[in-house]
Amino acid sequence: MVIQALIFYLFASITVASGVMVIASRNPVHSVLYLILAFFNAAGLFVLIGAEFLAMILVVVYVGAVAVLFLFVVMMLDINFVQLREGFLQYLPIGGLIGLILLVELGLVFGTWVLAADVAQIAALPIPAVDQVTNTEAIGRVMYTKYVYLFQASGLVLLVAMIGAIVLTLRQREGVRKQSIAVQNARRREDVVATVKVPTGGGV
Amino acid sequence: MADFWDGYALPTIIILAQILAIMVPLLVAVAYLTLAERKVIAGMQMRTGPAKVGPFGLLQPLADGLKLFGKETILPAGANRLVFIMAPMLTFVLAMVAWAVIPVGDGMVIADINVGILYLFAISSLGVYGIIMAGWASNSKYPFLGALRSAAQMVSYEVSIGFVIITVLLCVGSLNLSDIVNAQKTVWFAIPLLPMFVVFFISALAETNRAPFDLPEGESELVAGYFVEYSSMSFALFFLGEYANMILMSAMTTILFLGGWLPPFDIAPLNWIPGPIWFALKIALVLFLFLWVRATFPRYRYDQLMRLGWKVFLPLSLVWVILTAGVLVAFDWLPA
Amino acid sequence: MEALLKEYLPILIFIGVAVGLSLAMVIGSYLVAPQRPDSEKLSAYECGFEAFDDARSQFDVRFYLVAILFIIFDLEVAFLFPWAITLGDIGMFGFWSMVVFLGILTIGFVYEWKKGALEWE
Repeated sequence: MVIQALIFYLFASITVASGVMVIASRNPVHSVLYLILAFFNAAGLFVLIGAEFLAMILVVVYVGAVAVLFLFVVMMLDINFVQLREGFLQYLPIGGLIGLILLVELGLVFGTWVLAADVAQIAALPIPAVDQVTNTEAIGRVMYTKYVYLFQASGLVLLVAMIGAIVLTLRQREGVRKQSIAVQNARRREDVVATVKVPTGGGV
Repeated sequence: MADFWDGYALPTIIILAQILAIMVPLLVAVAYLTLAERKVIAGMQMRTGPAKVGPFGLLQPLADGLKLFGKETILPAGANRLVFIMAPMLTFVLAMVAWAVIPVGDGMVIADINVGILYLFAISSLGVYGIIMAGWASNSKYPFLGALRSAAQMVSYEVSIGFVIITVLLCVGSLNLSDIVNAQKTVWFAIPLLPMFVVFFISALAETNRAPFDLPEGESELVAGYFVEYSSMSFALFFLGEYANMILMSAMTTILFLGGWLPPFDIAPLNWIPGPIWFALKIALVLFLFLWVRATFPRYRYDQLMRLGWKVFLPLSLVWVILTAGVLVAFDWLPA
Repeated sequence: MEALLKEYLPILIFIGVAVGLSLAMVIGSYLVAPQRPDSEKLSAYECGFEAFDDARSQFDVRFYLVAILFIIFDLEVAFLFPWAITLGDIGMFGFWSMVVFLGILTIGFVYEWKKGALEWE
């Protein structure tokens, strides 16, 4: 139990510290690397509360995919970050407002938790004990049947994301020669090779 | 005091011993894989390969390692030092920690977690970081291009690997690696899921940047890709990490499709041989395939590589997921 | 719960051992080997030329597209994991639920294909 607590404080403090470093470090690439560290430790915290499936999915999706895109963007886009920082104070009111709204929302969440502790249980199914059903199975048993509409809705969200990405980023380049394997395979000897009898001294 | 000893110190020592029991043979295997690669390719090209250091060149990997250890560590002037040093270490650490969940025999596994295959999937999806970080931190053109190519290639094949794993899981009904092996007692999954086995093997080649998909390294155009600027031990760590990744992918192939530590047939002379030996033999077989492919095929072109990943493997494995699930549901063959 | 966490402890220790080993190798070599840096050694390798400009330049937007498409398919795979191991419990309904989900995404995939987003030029 002592070790568990120690590990919790280790993960938690690294998560908070790297979260601070994400906004504090000067180099944007370092920011993203700290963000990855924060994700990692959050995954560790998930494991500590027994949510191993979520921990792994957090690493696969956020660290393995989303952060790769972030890293691509900040590493390779040729943005002048010093210039970006100049207008920092100008955005302070809007940033502060968003922060305030988030704080109020968090307050509301915790408020309901305190005021009506049983609300969560009415909405959700009872969670099976970890030592009987692994939590991957526990999720699988309800997600595709009981929550089928939400599941399909997430499919639609992914579809919109896919189409949006293509509409926004796809540019056809002019004058590029592509390989068409079907055309290559469809070529027959008879169509392209002709035998010509060349008379001596006559040329073709 | 006794409480501390039994409760904490003793388990920790046991875990450390287990970790060493995996890591030391793994590092030796990595060293000798480099020698095996040179010897196998040499044999296929009617050459002898390294033969001077020790009998049959058996001490060659040691000599290579010592030589690299004694070299100067170069930190390029324009490089981002911290990231530059971290990149090879990350590659190496990831290639090592994945082995924590690999069952080498019946019940012989360091961390028998419920989500073993997901853990491996997560670790292999992180492999791309070592490469991007190296390419960016070097601040040099060849590493940068190599890293970009490599990142796009690895993520493209990651998707089909994911779908292939799903097909296997459908037949198992558990994410635990030992369960996956035990589900193959009657028949190895390589037989009923043969197309997926082939897709997985080819994707594994692309994931580990091996020939014929070694475009990120493409010696003839990119010199050596993302590790152009590396020297000494940081270069050696990349090298070790890459070869350890090859062994890891072979181990995954073995666990998912070739029945892990199980003997081919459960009959008398075959099941006398202990599980870890079968496991090692199967890994060696898959590794030989890796080397054979390298000696045989020319390098792919980048557009062909992307086409194969997105237009062939992705639809094929997606259809197989649905097909397998459909057959299992229709005939009620699903694992309980 | 305790048993579950006990399985994860070795992984943490394993990470520690691997990090320690890699640090030892790099630092050991740094201390043992002679270090004599000079400006030519430390310059970026460009086949003997001086580097013309900074290596971190803009590149083709296609790399971003590949990364975004990868995120989407990765999420799809993430949805498939719990489904694959509980298909026995959720039966026909669960199966068709996933078929519809994949069907929606196949529409997107076909759109990509037709638009030529999967083609590398």
